[in-house]
Amino acid sequence: MSQAAAAVQSDTHAEHHEELSFLHKYILPVDHKIIAMQYIFTGMIMAIIGGYFAYAFRMQLAFPGELVPLYGLVGPGEYNMLVTNHGTIMIFWVAMPVLIAGFGNYLIPLMIGCDDMVFPRLNRLSYQIFLVSALVLIASFFVRGGGFGGAWTAYPPLSSVAEYSLTDWGASLWILAVALEFVSFLLGGINFITTTMNARAPGMKMLDIPIAVWFIVIAVILFMASVGPLIAGAVMLFMDQRLGTSFFLPSGGGDPLLWQHLFWFFGHPEVYVVLLPTLGIVADIITVFSRKKLFGYRTVLYTAFATGGLSFVVWAHHQFIAGIDPRMANVFVVTTVLISIPLAEMMFSYIATLYGGSIELKTPMLWALSFLAAFLIGGVTGIYLGASAVDVYFHDSYFVIAHFHYTFFPITIIGMFAALTFWFPKMFGRMMNETLGKIHFWGTFIPFNCIFLPLFFLGLAGQHRRIYDYNHFPDLATQELQDIRIFATVSLVVMLIFQLVFIYNFFVSMFKGEKAPNNPWNANTLEWSVPSPPPHGNFKTLPTVYRGAYEYSVPGRELDYWPQNEPSEGN
Amino acid sequence: MIEYFVQSASSYAGDIDNLFLLITLIIGFWFILTFGILVYLIIRFRRKDGVKAKYIAGEKHSETKWTHYPHYAVIAMDVVIIAVNILVWVNIKQTLPPRDNLVRVIGQQWSWSFIHAGPDGELDTQDDVSTVNDLHLKLGETYHFELQSRDVLHNFAVPAFRLRQDAVPGRTISGWLKPTKTGTFDLQCAEMCGYGHGIMGAAVTVHSAESYDTTMAQIQNGTYESHYQKRMGTKTDLPSNTSQVDDEVSFAVLLASIF
Repeated sequence: MSQAAAAVQSDTHAEHHEELSFLHKYILPVDHKIIAMQYIFTGMIMAIIGGYFAYAFRMQLAFPGELVPLYGLVGPGEYNMLVTNHGTIMIFWVAMPVLIAGFGNYLIPLMIGCDDMVFPRLNRLSYQIFLVSALVLIASFFVRGGGFGGAWTAYPPLSSVAEYSLTDWGASLWILAVALEFVSFLLGGINFITTTMNARAPGMKMLDIPIAVWFIVIAVILFMASVGPLIAGAVMLFMDQRLGTSFFLPSGGGDPLLWQHLFWFFGHPEVYVVLLPTLGIVADIITVFSRKKLFGYRTVLYTAFATGGLSFVVWAHHQFIAGIDPRMANVFVVTTVLISIPLAEMMFSYIATLYGGSIELKTPMLWALSFLAAFLIGGVTGIYLGASAVDVYFHDSYFVIAHFHYTFFPITIIGMFAALTFWFPKMFGRMMNETLGKIHFWGTFIPFNCIFLPLFFLGLAGQHRRIYDYNHFPDLATQELQDIRIFATVSLVVMLIFQLVFIYNFFVSMFKGEKAPNNPWNANTLEWSVPSPPPHGNFKTLPTVYRGAYEYSVPGRELDYWPQNEPSEGN
Repeated sequence: MIEYFVQSASSYAGDIDNLFLLITLIIGFWFILTFGILVYLIIRFRRKDGVKAKYIAGEKHSETKWTHYPHYAVIAMDVVIIAVNILVWVNIKQTLPPRDNLVRVIGQQWSWSFIHAGPDGELDTQDDVSTVNDLHLKLGETYHFELQSRDVLHNFAVPAFRLRQDAVPGRTISGWLKPTKTGTFDLQCAEMCGYGHGIMGAAVTVHSAESYDTTMAQIQNGTYESHYQKRMGTKTDLPSNTSQVDDEVSFAVLLASIF
């Protein structure tokens, strides 16, 4: 950071420490930590809604036509609405706000050693637009015709013509909510990139930045570079719905496939947008709890760049059988299968980090390791779907559902719990209960596998997606397959019940937990050098950085960690 | 392996099953190896008092070879998968073998219409035979299909044929299939198409030559009983209460008529 910028920062420092009124501290904050909490709590509330939806439609699948306790009857239209909004909520209103906006906001200033984001008011605006978008989405469930039910991919003409979807206002509010949410993250993204590039503590070189921060920044760059086409598409879709244009309507000269290209040009990088923050968080956690330097910091970083770059040229693997020219599929098979190479290399580096370590299985470490295990399954099963000829059989089947839940569940839910349990002491100044944390971990991870492993077999049996009652398909209406569906549903209910353990642990520990020291895990990165929770303005004096983030167990040192801001002897 | 779950009833089903098996073997190997090493390392390097972790940067060649060599092997196996996949794909989607027969498949919310070409083998002629939700095919003939949609996207999916193709309004999409086993199979709509997506099924019946001719004659003289209806009537019912849902719908209609 330049001297001038440093001077500006220390000038603004004084005013940050004034006592703020409740309104300005919690309702209209500019402090990145409070904004991060707002994102995280909003995301967690939306996760509860998304989980509730999953519960309702899984119950319908297991016990078709029965009253679902705490919900009621799930008819065909309602089933479509539930699956559509489950997907939308979990990706756009849980994964994005918690992993990127939430932890990005919390960690970037603390980890790079500055007092706040460089555009604090833009940051506040970003959250406020996000909140509006969430409210618009929730409102869409209650309008005439009900919420949008055309799948989270919203393929037109179903999504663009009210007579086809039967959800006139639901569809419009849905696309409006999605567009607003993108605006919010564009604002946030500008902030993240600018802050990381310009406001790092003196001495922090590019390769001293913790992987967690790096990956959030790469994710934001991917997001900002890919979202443009989709925003354009969203505007076109909205005009088709409300003004009667026909961008996607063949009878008016439009083309339904155009939307698919716009959607997936964003939609596939989006997978890596949510994946990278979790990979970064996991890198930080496994180094701390194995007391090891990250194996091949540069390799890990460059593979992330390679993955990000490749992710822009794989989108049509979602469209192998959508009516695109079959010759084009071959190109996308090559790029899709190639993306396994950087990700495999990154995975090998993470696993190699464990070699020779001193592994302590605290709750955050359990989450991080389970992420690696579960994501491994999600990753390798992706090869089937990337191979176009096999995709002919698996497209839109339960195999796809099982595959992407083995990627998205580890990314979103496991990643969120890993980060929350790891940084909880820093956020709230108290420790979480380890025993409850471990009960919650096993109570989530085992049922998770029991839900989604059977779905691979349903997919192999040819079961297609988004069907509210398989009685209409004789080959699928067998008792054996129904038993699998019931097993998955029961596992889901068990998993949801275990979430109560987390909620209890979270709130009780927040107020009654053991007081946390500044650095409970003996970690190196800068956020652990400030009090827990960090005061407004974070650092009393801005830190200077002397080394990379992963100097654990350095030979010749008594301590097995070496904080980034601790001067070397003789300096 | 897929055959264990769903019978294979078309000429290219076996190719897809074999490719599936090949990928399963390759990724099964990688998965077991990687997962095994992960579990081994976690157990082997659990924290022990007095044992300090090693300091390995992973930047020297002697260290990085442990991640680089496996990754070269991944590339080699990727090339195998891509090559075999392209061979299979070119056969099933990219080329159209000479046809013996022709059928037009039309999806609309929420049923399937089929126009069979009849004895002359051409569509839009006098001898075409139209059916709803019932597709009839002759064993061992190479069919070309013309796939169309009247409203939204649908997907013409027959798991037993390993066949899946989107129907796009405004386009006619051509493809082919060759049934190799007689019997009646499920046809699904595998692309979200709105309220009735969950009921948009049909029956595909593969006939021997005589049986095919009798059925076509029956359809034309009106004595035909729909295979789809028959199949829906005789299937084993799962414990389901879907009629309750229908009541709910009619209750909503009642409410709407009052207010």
